Amino acid sequence: MQKYENYGSKPTRQGFGEALLEMGKIYDNLVVLGADVSGSVLTSYFRDAYPERFFSIGIAEQNATTIAAGLALSGKKAVFSGYSAFVALRNADQLRISVCYNNVDVLIGGGHAGVTVGPDGATHQSLEEVSFLRTLPNMKLVIPCDYWQTKKATAALLKAGGPSYLRFGRPSVPMFTTEDTPFEIGKADVYREGNDVALIACGHLVWPAILAAEELEKRHGIKARVINNHTVKPIDVVTITNAANECGAIVTAEEHQIFGGMGSAVAEVVVKNCPVPMEFLGMKDTFGQSGEPEELLERYHLNWESIYNLALKAIERKKSKNVSYLSPIDYDVEFKD
Amino acid sequence: MNITFEHKLFDNRKRNTSEFLEISKVLRQDIIKSLTLAASGHSGGPLGISDIIAVLYFGGYMKYHSDDWQWAGRDRFLFSGGHMVPVQYSALARAGFFPVEELATLRKFGSRLQGHPGYVDRLPGIESSTGSLGHGISIAVGMAISDLLVDKNRRKVFCVVGDGELEEGSCWEAAMAASHHKLHNLCVIIDNNDCQIDGRVKDVMSVYPLNEKFSAFGFEVIEIDGNDYSQIISAFDKFEQNQTNGINKPMAIVAKTIMGKCVSFMEDDYHWHGNPPKPEQAIKALEDLDKIC
Repeated sequence: MQKYENYGSKPTRQGFGEALLEMGKIYDNLVVLGADVSGSVLTSYFRDAYPERFFSIGIAEQNATTIAAGLALSGKKAVFSGYSAFVALRNADQLRISVCYNNVDVLIGGGHAGVTVGPDGATHQSLEEVSFLRTLPNMKLVIPCDYWQTKKATAALLKAGGPSYLRFGRPSVPMFTTEDTPFEIGKADVYREGNDVALIACGHLVWPAILAAEELEKRHGIKARVINNHTVKPIDVVTITNAANECGAIVTAEEHQIFGGMGSAVAEVVVKNCPVPMEFLGMKDTFGQSGEPEELLERYHLNWESIYNLALKAIERKKSKNVSYLSPIDYDVEFKD
Repeated sequence: MNITFEHKLFDNRKRNTSEFLEISKVLRQDIIKSLTLAASGHSGGPLGISDIIAVLYFGGYMKYHSDDWQWAGRDRFLFSGGHMVPVQYSALARAGFFPVEELATLRKFGSRLQGHPGYVDRLPGIESSTGSLGHGISIAVGMAISDLLVDKNRRKVFCVVGDGELEEGSCWEAAMAASHHKLHNLCVIIDNNDCQIDGRVKDVMSVYPLNEKFSAFGFEVIEIDGNDYSQIISAFDKFEQNQTNGINKPMAIVAKTIMGKCVSFMEDDYHWHGNPPKPEQAIKALEDLDKIC
């Protein structure tokens, strides 16, 4: 179990940008490609320090992804970063064949992910890419929870090599891991122990999961296990199976569509190894809209209160053992009305 | 029909045109034989580009060590359209990268000679997987950036792109990047046979005018008859001179080729884009090739 304490906030993208800057010193074969948003995803730090290893490719994500593969085929560690809305799906074919089939050292930094990109609206709120990325053979997919974890994940993925995707966000979010918190690709972190329900989250929703667990204990004496499932692929089968076996009920939470995301990946493990009732928190088959991050998280129920409520529901289902109690996937009725 | 691959290897050096005739004959025979054995694959394109491949691999224009294929000083070649690869497999085998007999395994289960080249299969001489059209030219740009701008060495990158393939928009993203980054070490050869699966390129989706487009995208453009050795040689000579004469543009060789070249019943017929010869057709094709020299 890892300790946690909220001690301020920073954007996850800052962890990415600073890590690249540091890694540029360690790897003289690290090359970074820009797609006209270097100042947003903070590859600008690397660009300014190592201009001879930074190449502007312009607004051409397909080309940039494939150029990254060409660099990697030439012995480079290639990083290409842009908005997650445009560097995972527009270039899907390039990722599939030139990066993953070639199985080369390309790290894609998918920034500004999720609804928390805010006022830019639905076009820029990437909420679907995890479903595709996790089907790609050879791909590693990490969605870190805060600044420090993003920094560590960037370094870990570059060290590991091969095709990888790091999904991170734009706004300042709570920091609760530290420079000393261990990070291992494919090893989920447990922040709170408990056997009543497991709250499995990734990215920006890990902190709300912790808050939900604290409230569950305070109000009901419920002990919730909180798991930061930062690596969606390769997924931590052992930690998830143990959680299913020992807690008997699971809630997943992510800033992504409920179809095909991290929760679905967890469900695949749970259904195979130890079926238990599960509830899924995420975007319910709908697009986002303009608004401040906090307003949008509230509107789409991506907050600790929803995790709390779903936890109670999952525990109820565990106790009732009544199959007819299984909920249909609840679509975003509020929005469609 | 008993198909065998005769053991004939060629070295890589300056040659006169008649020698290339003999080499391209062997490449074309290999294409017919391996595709007939595979009973699937693309005949027309590889036959049309065989003369250019003969000059590139055996004319001293590309540096490589067939016994040490990952040699760090090598020049690199890739077909952006991976379906063209049978002629590259033949060239690699005839250059000694792998045993000639392996050409008989094209497209077979367990073979390193995948229908479209697979980098993971570690077939010596294959620099990348290609097959989804439009990728290879971007990969070549990445390789050229790595050589010229990161490692600052003298390696060259050659990439054949199909004319129909240029309908993929990302090819033009690659072209833009190649001239933006002044990649004079990149030679893009446009295989302009005006054939694609559904018909003539000009009818399916015209990519013309090619010269003007590549010029406008910042390339030095040379138009040649891609089945004429003296014109192929002078184009590659020019590219070689560009490495030292201060030209800071990538080169585009618009090579007018004839699909199915040297096989009478395949020539300039787009129906031969994606089909292999049947055994009786293969006999006729090999007879045609025997008449070459």
